[in-house]
Amino acid sequence: MRLSGDKVAQCVFLAIAFSAIASLLLIAIFILKEGLPFILRYGPWNFLSSADWRPQEGAFGIAPMIVASLWITAGAMLIGAPLGVAGAVFLSEFVPRPVMRVIKPTIELLAGIPSVVYGFIGVMVLAPLIRNHLGGPGLSVLAAAVILGIMVLPTIISISVDAIGAVPNSFREGALALGATRWQAVHMVVLKAARSGIIASIILAMGRAVGETMAVIMVAGNTIRLPHSALEPVRTLTANIAIEMSAATGMHRQALFATGVVLFVVIMILNSLAMTVLHRKVGR
Amino acid sequence: MRIPPRSTQVIAVGLLGGATLLTVAVLVFIIVFVLDKGLPVVTWSFLTSDPEDMGRAGGIFPIIIGTLLLPLLSLAIALPLGVGTAVYLCEYTRETRMTRVIRFGTDCLAGIPSIIFGLFGLVFFVGMLHMGWSLLSGGLTLAIMILPTIIRTSEEALRAVPQAYREVSCSMGATRWETVRKVVLPNALPGIVTGVMLGAGRCISETAAVIFTAGTVASMPTSAFDSVRTMAVHFYILAREGISNENAYGTAAVLILAVLLLNLTAYWMMHAFIRRRAR
Repeated sequence: MRLSGDKVAQCVFLAIAFSAIASLLLIAIFILKEGLPFILRYGPWNFLSSADWRPQEGAFGIAPMIVASLWITAGAMLIGAPLGVAGAVFLSEFVPRPVMRVIKPTIELLAGIPSVVYGFIGVMVLAPLIRNHLGGPGLSVLAAAVILGIMVLPTIISISVDAIGAVPNSFREGALALGATRWQAVHMVVLKAARSGIIASIILAMGRAVGETMAVIMVAGNTIRLPHSALEPVRTLTANIAIEMSAATGMHRQALFATGVVLFVVIMILNSLAMTVLHRKVGR
Repeated sequence: MRIPPRSTQVIAVGLLGGATLLTVAVLVFIIVFVLDKGLPVVTWSFLTSDPEDMGRAGGIFPIIIGTLLLPLLSLAIALPLGVGTAVYLCEYTRETRMTRVIRFGTDCLAGIPSIIFGLFGLVFFVGMLHMGWSLLSGGLTLAIMILPTIIRTSEEALRAVPQAYREVSCSMGATRWETVRKVVLPNALPGIVTGVMLGAGRCISETAAVIFTAGTVASMPTSAFDSVRTMAVHFYILAREGISNENAYGTAAVLILAVLLLNLTAYWMMHAFIRRRAR
């Protein structure tokens, strides 16, 4: 009797263990079911490369949104990656352990701040600064890139700190014993050994930047056009879905789900890439 | 000209330290900015009265209730699933192809942006299952969203329970299930609570997925099928539509305080957990 109870528990836990993967499959199936037929009917190339988005006239080209998402993500990485990696190196190598124990969770708090609050700070503080000092409307590629660059810092820092922490101490001691300074040991030995974890953190951060919605809606300006400078307002893929979804019906709604499909595919590629890099055998 | 290694070290460390300082400064600035503008608005009547004139006047009472109910519902769904998955991964199996698949699924789910969860919730819960824009649709969608967080923190908590505890329990004739229930889970509790706090934090910070599934109705829900509005959504609507910057700041201040409290509690629990284990 007791044995059979144990068996039941095991089966229940096994079933539950599939909840995450089942949810993932459900999400993939339903997003594809709503969006893929439209992409095939409209023509994938047309959908991705046309710069003409006029839902009322039946023109659905998402090229401007793709370009906007790319620009903003690239900008966010230019700002977030150096800052984040520098922070991670400083915290793991040059700061006493007790100080690190205070600062790391503080930085992780950045991840807990709601994205709408970031967006609002962007609108109230950053956009006026850009408007007054650099020109343009303020709400722009640049504003979105800066805000997203800040938002991805916790992702980059916490994963990179773990990667650097996983480098064996003997590596550092070896370098120091050969007469290297602390910094030489760090950038010639430790950073090389922690490379894959750091790269994975940056790829994951890219995924977060591509997928961020509310902050971007607030600071990017949302004009649908191909940007010519970083000071112009743009609309990203995510913003387009969130802004138009509530009023969309028929073809328009399908086109928005199709935009979701594009987003989903991009994110899955980035995540798989990050996981492959992260789990690659160290030392080969 | 060659710069001596000692000077390079000084320059490099200076730059790295500057970057770290900048990051911390940004965080402090955001929190201080919001609290400075928002706290003067937060009075007892702001917290306990209904919004009037679309939020221009009045308070945020039903919105606070919505912000409490939604995470509670999501956690009620995600906690058993997440802890169950962690128990299976840690207690019932070794590393196999199947556990790799489960872990891969969890990691993928963690990377999916909230707008995709929103779209999914909109088609599946709101549309196909006819739940409408409601507490229930929102709760189910957010439950899926926070599932990876709960799984990961629970798994860490279970792994932190010393192997000797399990061995002693089993050697006294307890079955695996009895060991899990009476020995492993109670000892892993603080770690699991950390996951709960982090999950709740994600729920109350979320906007996109909530608007698409729980709707935006700012009145007191009477059943699980009523739409609710959370503080993040309320803040977004007030700020974006320029309804009232003042009340937007007030809402943001309450929201930030709630998030800080949840995160600090989570951190404190984790710390106490680690210290107890070390003893």
